[in-house]
Amino acid sequence: MAPAPEARAAERRAHERRVRRRSAVVAAASTVAVLAAVVLGVPRLPRWDRVRRSFFDGERFADSLPRLLEAFWLDVRIFAWCTPVIFGLGLVVAILRNSRAPALFPARALTVAYVDVMRGVPVILWIYLVGFGVPGLGLERPWNSPLLWGSVALCLTYGAYVAEVFRAGIESIHEGQRAAARSLGLSASQTMRFVVLPQAVRRVMPPLMNDLVSLQKDVALVSLIGPIEILRQAGIDKSKFANFTPYVAAAAVFLCITIPLTRVADWLVARERRRTAGTVVR
Amino acid sequence: MSRTRRSIGLTVALAATLALAACGGDDGGATGDGTGNDCTAGKTLAEGTLTVATGNPAYEPWVVGDAPESGEGFEAAVAYAVAGALGFSDANVAWVRTGFDEAIQPGAKNFDFNLQQYSITDERKQTVSFSAPYYTSNQAVVGFADSPAVGAESVADLRGLKFGAQSGTTSLAFITDVIRPEAEPFVYDDNAAAKAALEAKQIDAIVVDLPTAFYIAAVEIEGGTVIGQFPASEGAEADQFGLLLDLDNPLVTCVDDALASLRDDGTLAAIEREWLADKTNAPVISLD
Repeated sequence: MAPAPEARAAERRAHERRVRRRSAVVAAASTVAVLAAVVLGVPRLPRWDRVRRSFFDGERFADSLPRLLEAFWLDVRIFAWCTPVIFGLGLVVAILRNSRAPALFPARALTVAYVDVMRGVPVILWIYLVGFGVPGLGLERPWNSPLLWGSVALCLTYGAYVAEVFRAGIESIHEGQRAAARSLGLSASQTMRFVVLPQAVRRVMPPLMNDLVSLQKDVALVSLIGPIEILRQAGIDKSKFANFTPYVAAAAVFLCITIPLTRVADWLVARERRRTAGTVVR
Repeated sequence: MSRTRRSIGLTVALAATLALAACGGDDGGATGDGTGNDCTAGKTLAEGTLTVATGNPAYEPWVVGDAPESGEGFEAAVAYAVAGALGFSDANVAWVRTGFDEAIQPGAKNFDFNLQQYSITDERKQTVSFSAPYYTSNQAVVGFADSPAVGAESVADLRGLKFGAQSGTTSLAFITDVIRPEAEPFVYDDNAAAKAALEAKQIDAIVVDLPTAFYIAAVEIEGGTVIGQFPASEGAEADQFGLLLDLDNPLVTCVDDALASLRDDGTLAAIEREWLADKTNAPVISLD
């Protein structure tokens, strides 16, 4: 005689509870074991003391941090004035590339070449080429500033990346949207401005945020042509003290920016998903 | 029969060489066979060999042609002189290359001592050990002949100028602490970038140690000139180059003794005369 269905269900639930409990115990035990190995084991390694002094020296950290923050202000400023230019440039390039007027063919060809070349060449080369090359043509101060031309180089490279993101967004908007807009009497440019772009830009916000996070780190490359920003300052302090702690301090400063930025990006993705899902249900 | 004779001959020759080496070695060598003296015994990375590190690449006039094995160039010559004073024959000196960061990293070192114009500072002594100085450098200003720095007589004449320096050098500290210009200096990874900035007129002049100044003005920066040098300062600002060793390496005392003997018998001065340009070839800019 087989047991009653209720009894079987109870037995299954009890079994699942046992399995869950055992998983929890195993997970907790392995976490504790790993933590213990790191916390207790690493300091017992023969040269841990030297490593700790080289990378995690509290005194050096506190000593460097004010200088690093001061230098970081330069990163923030470069980032702040580059971001709007990059978005503007990227948007213009993306729209041109998606233009359909036959007369604009040269512009389309140009944007394709621009994006291909800019993205295919390392940022460092553009920084050197534009940052030293253009001022080397005979510009006078302050128009030969490495800060200015380094920023231009960043804008040109990131403009290409962002243009591709915008292009993907624009192309993701269904052709039916354009058809509907045009049938309502909107011109081609009005269709782009009022129908395609608002949807496209919203859709690509998350990948745009990714580009911002990576721009935030590439700003440091401007230091190659002279200006002292946070990573350069960390390098200076590292040499001065023969200690790598300033880099750890700089990393902490970076994390204070990139982690919130990443959370904002996540939040934008979640909002976009809720928003699009909502339209389906309604 | 013939084989035995040849072995005997070889042994005799070898013994003669050893005896000669022992006689020639008046540096207190324990064995006199070119594998170190009493002091270095058991303190080198590889027994019987002195492992010396320099930069990658190593620059003139410190090492000629990036080939320290030749012993040509100021630091290459100093390294062989120190090795000799420590009882190592030239054949028992092995060279390795390290960047600056590799030399100061906390792990085990792959050299007995490292020389690539490391300035001795109290801060650095917390991480690495230094020998006594083998050279005291003056800081110097390099630029093009039309640089506004030309003709400067004191640091006060330089305050309005824009300076460049190489990252991680004491020259940068010299700019910010001693020259104290109104504009923040720019910093570069290497002389190539500094030269490009000079050409783009983004900076008026760069500050480097005097021997490097003579070299880059003559070779690396076409049309460059050593605009001036600052008098060797005393105390905290003095830029003294030392051999870099792993922290608390017991070899330091041996190396210090070797350097002291080389200084006393005039060897260091002779090497300096041979490889470094005469300091008096550049005008002096007063620190007042």
